[in-house]
Order: sequence, then structure tokens, then C-alpha cells
Amino acid sequence: MSYLLKVENLQIERGGATVVDVPEFAIKPEEKVAIIGQNGAGKSSFLLGIASLIKRKSGSITFRDKIINSSDELNFRRSIAVVFQEPLLFDATVIKNVMEGLLIRKIDRKEAEIRAKESLELFGITHLAERSAHKLSGGEAQRVSLARAFAAKPELIIMDEPFMSLDLPTRIALAEELGAILHKSKTAVIIATHDRIEAFRIVDRLVVIEDGKIIQQGSPKDIIENPINPFVAAFRRG
Amino acid sequence: MELIIEGITTALKLIFTLDSEVFAVTLLSLKISSIATFLSLLFGLPIGTFLALSNFPGRRVIISMVNTGMGLPPVVVGLFVTIFLWRNGPFGYFEILYTPTAMIIAQTVIAFPIVAGITIASIQALPANLKLQALALGATKCQMLWILLREARLPLLAAVMAGFGGVISEVGASMMVGGNIKGDTRVLTTATVMETSKGNFDVAIALSLILLVLAFSVNYILTVIQQRERPR
Repeated sequence: MSYLLKVENLQIERGGATVVDVPEFAIKPEEKVAIIGQNGAGKSSFLLGIASLIKRKSGSITFRDKIINSSDELNFRRSIAVVFQEPLLFDATVIKNVMEGLLIRKIDRKEAEIRAKESLELFGITHLAERSAHKLSGGEAQRVSLARAFAAKPELIIMDEPFMSLDLPTRIALAEELGAILHKSKTAVIIATHDRIEAFRIVDRLVVIEDGKIIQQGSPKDIIENPINPFVAAFRRG
Repeated sequence: MELIIEGITTALKLIFTLDSEVFAVTLLSLKISSIATFLSLLFGLPIGTFLALSNFPGRRVIISMVNTGMGLPPVVVGLFVTIFLWRNGPFGYFEILYTPTAMIIAQTVIAFPIVAGITIASIQALPANLKLQALALGATKCQMLWILLREARLPLLAAVMAGFGGVISEVGASMMVGGNIKGDTRVLTTATVMETSKGNFDVAIALSLILLVLAFSVNYILTVIQQRERPR
């Protein structure tokens, strides 16, 4: 198996306009990829399309060498995790939020609790376990959201600008923490970001998207040395 | 003032002596309105959820109709239910006009748009991506719907309160489709109207007080549940 996930001829329409048009994109097991691009470039639609969370106009997704049909979508979604821009926590305690995805997957409650606690520990928020998720600070809430994604032990985590709503110091701290966790983790990651701190700390490969199309990709070093447009050049400088 | 004091005295007497007629009327009111509220939830919750989450031509018109229905005059509902259940009407062969069943149907029609309308507003007030988050956690469509309803549970309890409050206190439809038949379709509101028209203000006040206490008790129980669930 050379690729963990591969998408071909992916096209997504929103409001009658094509917002994503990607002939090919693939990610290897354990690879960490950052998607960068300006606001409205199509990053979120691209990620939601990859995760099979929105309708595709065309295109196929191959996961672990198997093309995902509509009947496979549920199992596919249960093999991956998605972290959104907002934490989107449920109106329950932190531990229940982290257990939710595991219980949905019919994992035994005791086992789910053990895994949820491990995940909370990974992000240093064990002390928040019994707190109401709606009473957390922005940084704490996004940590819970990440813990919820990691608790499922997915093979691929898709993150859509997960630190966008946070203040700069929290963003830097969380990006550093996540970078360290991902460095040790075997989970493949696709992360959309505006932030070069996140991008450079976390990833092996940068993919530049403009008008829904991939216009450049390579190692962070390659992209920095040969920026394809003023946006990438500005991204390099931060 | 004397009349009101007399009414309160009569009410207390009727309540504490467990007057069989008042007891039966109260029980029937509670039974009819509870069943109607339950049925309106049975139809209103799924239809409201569907309207909140779907996207099809004419959806806005239907939502506007539901919202208009939230203020549907009970006498209009009573009129149309009567026409439908009339001996020569489309459902006349069921012969249920002037029975508690007809009253349940009328009250369900009144409560349904209230429940559906509040359900639509509650689901739409949730974060836009919550549905996607549930699916991203591996939820099936049924699990996703359950999660959304669970997240909207506090405003949905308000829907139950509004639905029940709307039907326990209405009189027009119950009078028209029930006929206020003693021992059969007489409920607190229709009995109050009748006693008032007869000039028995003390009994009418007594019945009104019982109605108020009943409505307050049910809403109090629901409010306690709602506030206990509220995150602190």
C-alpha cells in the first residue's frame, strides 16, 4: 500500500460554482500535509470533500487501496477523524464529549472511558474531565476537540484551521503541543492552515490551493525557496 | 371581590372533598391534552427536524405555514375538524364527532405547528457544523439526528410546555368537536364556559383555578427538568 488515501478528479460545487477542482491528491501513511491558501481558496470544501462530509460533483476517494462507495462511507468516516475551526463540543461534560465518537462506534463504555482518559492526558486536560464542555476557554475547548479526534485512534486526522479562533499565544502553545504529539504519532494528518507556525511545526509537505486548484506542493523548504505567488511568499515571511 | 372569594372557597371545597364530577372533568382534561401533546410531539419533532435540515423547493413556504399555524385560532381548527368528522364529511363513517377522540384530534392539530415550529427554530439555532461534526465522529444518519435533538433538548422542552399550554387552555375547538357532554366530553375549559353562561360564577372560578393549578403543575415539572439540564 503506497498511499493511505488518494482522491482523483475531485470536483465540488457550491452555489452552482466549482469551488474544488483537484485532478489528484494523495497522502501516505503517517504523512503530515498542510493545505495553505487564501480565504475562499477552497481549503475547507476540499477537506470536507475528502472526508466525504459534503456531496462531490465528481471524483473518487481511495482509502487503503479500496475505492469508497456510498455503502463504505460510514466505515470510512469511522476510520478517520475531523477537527473543525470551532470546537463544536456537545452540551455534556468533557469526558462524555471525548467518549462520544467511541460510543457511536459501538465501543464498550468501559473501554471508551479508558481511551477517553488517555486522550485527555495526552492533551494535558485530565483535570477538566467532569467540567461542562460549554464552560471552557477557547484553548481548552479546542484541546477537548483534538482529544476527541485522537481518542478514536484514527488512521487519518483532517483538521480545518483548528486554531483559527484562538488568540496568538494560545495558538502558538497549542501548535507546539500538537506538533510534538503528531511527531510521535503514526496518524497521518491533513491540516488546513493560514498559519506558518502551525504549518512548519507540524508537516512534511505543503500543498498550496488557489481557486480550488492545487497550484504548488512540496516540502516546506522547497515551497519557501520557490514561492509560486505573492501569497506563498508572504506566508514564508509570516 | 366577594364573588372571587366565594369562588376560591368553592374551589377549595371541590378540591378537598374530591368532588367526583370535578375530579372526572380534571382527569379527562389532563388525559386529552396529554395525549394530544404526545401526538403533536410524535409528528412535530420529526417533521420539524426534517424541515430544519432539508433543502427543497417550497421549504420556506412550508416553514412559513408552520409558523402561521403556531397562532392558529382554535375555533378555526374546531370548525374544520367538525366538517371533516361530520356524518356526511370525509371521515364521517368513523362516527367520532362529539367524542374525546375528536377532541384529541383537534388539540393535536392545534399543538402540532407549535411543536414543529419550535423544533425548526431549535435545530436551526444549533451551530451550523454540528451536523457535520456528528457525521465526522462516525454517526449514522439516525445517530446524527438523535445527537442534534439531544443538543436542542432544552428548547424542545419549551416546545412541550408551549404545546401542552396551548391545548389545555383552549376552549373553542373542544366545545365544537366535543360538545361538552357531561360525563363524556366535558373538560375544564368547556365546563367553565358553561357554568359562566349559567351564572354560576363561583363554580366557574373554581374550575378556572383548578385549570390554572393543573397548567402550572405540569409546566413546573417540565421547568424543573429543563433547568436541571441547563449547563452551569
